Amino acid sequence: MIGIEHYLVVSSILFVIGVLGIFLNRKNIIIILMAIELILLSVNLNLVAFSAYLNDLTGQVFAMFVLTVAAAEAAIGLAILVTYFRNRGTIAVDDVNRMKG
Amino acid sequence: MTVFAFYLFAALMLASGALTIFARNPVHSVLWLILAFFNAAGLMVLVGAEFLAMLLVVVYVGAVAVLFLFVVMMLNIDFAEMRAGFMKNAPLGVAIAVILLAELVLGIGAYRAGKIALGTPDGSAAPLVGESNVENLGALLYGNYLFLFETAGIILLVAMVGAIVLTHREQRSTRGHQDIAKQNARNPNEATRNVSPEVGKGVEL
Repeated sequence: MIGIEHYLVVSSILFVIGVLGIFLNRKNIIIILMAIELILLSVNLNLVAFSAYLNDLTGQVFAMFVLTVAAAEAAIGLAILVTYFRNRGTIAVDDVNRMKG
Repeated sequence: MTVFAFYLFAALMLASGALTIFARNPVHSVLWLILAFFNAAGLMVLVGAEFLAMLLVVVYVGAVAVLFLFVVMMLNIDFAEMRAGFMKNAPLGVAIAVILLAELVLGIGAYRAGKIALGTPDGSAAPLVGESNVENLGALLYGNYLFLFETAGIILLVAMVGAIVLTHREQRSTRGHQDIAKQNARNPNEATRNVSPEVGKGVEL
């Protein structure tokens, strides 16, 4: 059996890849959303690994809820993106300044 | 064999995760994301979480990734313009990523070295021996966590309604368009009138 540290290191690396993706693709909000999905995936991996190694299924239930919220977030985020693109004709995040007070 | 499978899945997942954020074309990004999800599902199978793995494949690859694909293909975006600033942000991004990774691995190392007590499960959610992961998870989900499960359903419902409200475009056609509020606002006094026309005169409309 693989030790839990292996899982933790792998999911840490995936988390960092997700954070890096947000930094690198500052303009492209689609890639930013995908990077957020990667981050949530790494969190789920962590929860599942701990659930398996502590012999407690609560982690897997919680991972399922994280999955639910991630799916809802992706749907709403993409819907906002589509509406924004219809209004502006671009999805550049830099000039999202319409809502300044 | 398990070790080999673990390293294979982990390496493929990390590689496709990296390619997700480095790919020039967002369509390729989505496809790499799908590969990353498949490999994460493999990793979950390895620790015996079959239900979560299948959920990941069905929900993520089947729904969310396809949603991403639809949006990427539907919006006509100049992707070359989006790449601008990629190299400008790279040094800061990589520095923060390296620091974050070092801290995370350091934390895991500290846990490994000092055996920090993470708390022990009380055993109320321990899987029953001899039953499958799906049965155990189902018993827990419909027992202990029933209300949370229903809340998750409500969250999905609200997300669905929100997405429809945000993206629905009103069709303002000249005919065949029903305005329910207008219908409800009508009252008989404004809509009809009594006339008694004289013979041969007709009525004004």
